[in-house]
Amino acid sequence: MASEAAGQGRRPGVLRRLADSDLFWSFRRSPVTVAAAAVTLLLVLGAVLAPVVAPHNPYDLASLNLLDARNPPAWDESGDWSFPLGTDDQGRDVLSSILYGMRLSLFVGGASVLLALALGVGLGLLAGYAGGWVDMLIMRIADVQLSFPAILVALLVDGVARSLLPHERQGDTALYVVTLAIASSIWVQFARTVRGSTLVERSKEYVQAARIIGVHPVAIAWRHVLPNALGPVLVIATINLALAILTEASLSFLGLGLPATQPSLGTLIRIGDGFIFSGEWRWILLYPAIALAGLTLAINLLGDWLRDALNPKLR
Amino acid sequence: MVDRPGAPLLQVEGLARSFDVSPPWLNRLVEGGGRAVVKAVDGIDFSIGRGETFALVGESGCGKSTVARVIVGLHPPTRGRVLFDGADLARSMPRAERRRLRRRLQMIFQDPYASLNPRWRVRDIIAEPLRTYGLCAGHGERRARVEALLAQVQLAPADGDKYPHEFSGGQRQRISIARALAATPDFLVCDEPTSALDVSVQAQILNLMQDLQRALGLTYLFISHNLAVVSHVATRVGVMYLGRLVEQADTASLFAAPRHPYTRLLLATIPDIAFSGRRREPVAGDVPSPIDPPAGCAFHPRCPFAEARCRRERPELRPAGPSRVACHAVEEGRLPAA
Repeated sequence: MASEAAGQGRRPGVLRRLADSDLFWSFRRSPVTVAAAAVTLLLVLGAVLAPVVAPHNPYDLASLNLLDARNPPAWDESGDWSFPLGTDDQGRDVLSSILYGMRLSLFVGGASVLLALALGVGLGLLAGYAGGWVDMLIMRIADVQLSFPAILVALLVDGVARSLLPHERQGDTALYVVTLAIASSIWVQFARTVRGSTLVERSKEYVQAARIIGVHPVAIAWRHVLPNALGPVLVIATINLALAILTEASLSFLGLGLPATQPSLGTLIRIGDGFIFSGEWRWILLYPAIALAGLTLAINLLGDWLRDALNPKLR
Repeated sequence: MVDRPGAPLLQVEGLARSFDVSPPWLNRLVEGGGRAVVKAVDGIDFSIGRGETFALVGESGCGKSTVARVIVGLHPPTRGRVLFDGADLARSMPRAERRRLRRRLQMIFQDPYASLNPRWRVRDIIAEPLRTYGLCAGHGERRARVEALLAQVQLAPADGDKYPHEFSGGQRQRISIARALAATPDFLVCDEPTSALDVSVQAQILNLMQDLQRALGLTYLFISHNLAVVSHVATRVGVMYLGRLVEQADTASLFAAPRHPYTRLLLATIPDIAFSGRRREPVAGDVPSPIDPPAGCAFHPRCPFAEARCRRERPELRPAGPSRVACHAVEEGRLPAA
């Protein structure tokens, strides 16, 4: 009982410590960041809860009615509140499509960043800690990778996957191919950053102390170097999340990403793009584009704030 | 050297360590120019008996820290060997045997702000050798051992829960010592353990180290550029210049009767508390680059007694009274008394 109380006195709850932290303080001080966080939270919640909150299920072909096609948004005089942002040429509700599409966009973005993070941090740590020819090999591969624009790398992976996979399965695998394609274009940034901070940490005396104690090199890299080298990775991950979502949208817009049966935001924009010169039905393009811009802008602003807040030189 | 009972604990024989500082292969190819090698340590011999404190002194860049790093195994030697309790650590040997030897040889670092992992609690830092060598049977035993170690370096048991940044430099150095002691070593390499600390704290750490030496029967290799500290702690002293030992003597003789011109110059620069007002010889010139050391005696460009032979021939360490000195002038008896 007494020891429990002492334990609580020493370590306040996680929420309490979070509210007292420098990070939260700098968060509350910046209205732009609070707004960006609110927008991100709203969009992410909407996307994750799409099956619950969306008025329609755009994948349910049986519920579509071509008579509902190209309905304008609800505030238009011929609009209808059952389709708040209007419908596309197939009669699918644009708002529902956006929510479901954002789910896919966020999944591809998040999964590709996680994959790139695992790959990049692992290889960067290996290169920085092992040094020598291992470092040389990994970093030259990274340099070659970096000299190609991200979208080109993604196109290459996508193209290779398309030629390898049977045509009828491409619809199912498209999601994973796109994720892999984007991950392989952004891992380099993680690898270079982690290698850099690994080199710095590796030369510090606490690492030498662990070597003298006789700790296994893998344990030194994992338990001593990695936690100290991870600082900038969170920032890069946040900014790259926005970048990955944009890359996915670009691929889908070019028709190389997700198919029309599983429309992401980029696919929706591509579909809407077909109507832009008609002068009418512009909502089919406009609202998915606004959703994409809002999502990536909000995430980018969060990333910028995180970079500044975690940089001790700017405090 | 005959008065030491038994075999020495540490023997350094003809130890040399060079570093390749050449520009990368491509730059050499394009810009021309060959390899550049720094001879940080260029053939030194000494031995340290059990219970002794052997000090290595010298200016920055003379290679004394490299000697420390080679001895603890952070760098392999380029030439020569290091025998710890009769065994050469650079040679291959069974893993268990190597671990047993490595455990007995630990190190204390110069910068107490860099030598502790900032993300680890002090308890885990000190427990790392215990865990690595499986020295404690369970969690409870390890915890008790860590608290005993904290007490041994005069820190409170509750300090184990804190992070390194919550401590001052002197306290951090105590933590560093506790970590080294956790492995129950016989031999501690101390690389300038007090030079990053305030003078008052230096004395505390030095006294703690001496108390621990008496209580645990430790042997120290003490590396320092601070001659006042060395005269306080060392039993024998080796003076290094540009990767070589120029003089080796017991502390009393070295400070009473320095023989090598470089040792004399070093001692002349120690400020004395009385402010005697004596004129000090300014140290002429800089330490030459170890990439391109002078021929013959490395000290000759700065030596007031240098002759043609000094520029030509490298002097060896030879007995001179109670000391061993590497100097042609001392050998020829043409050096005036200090």
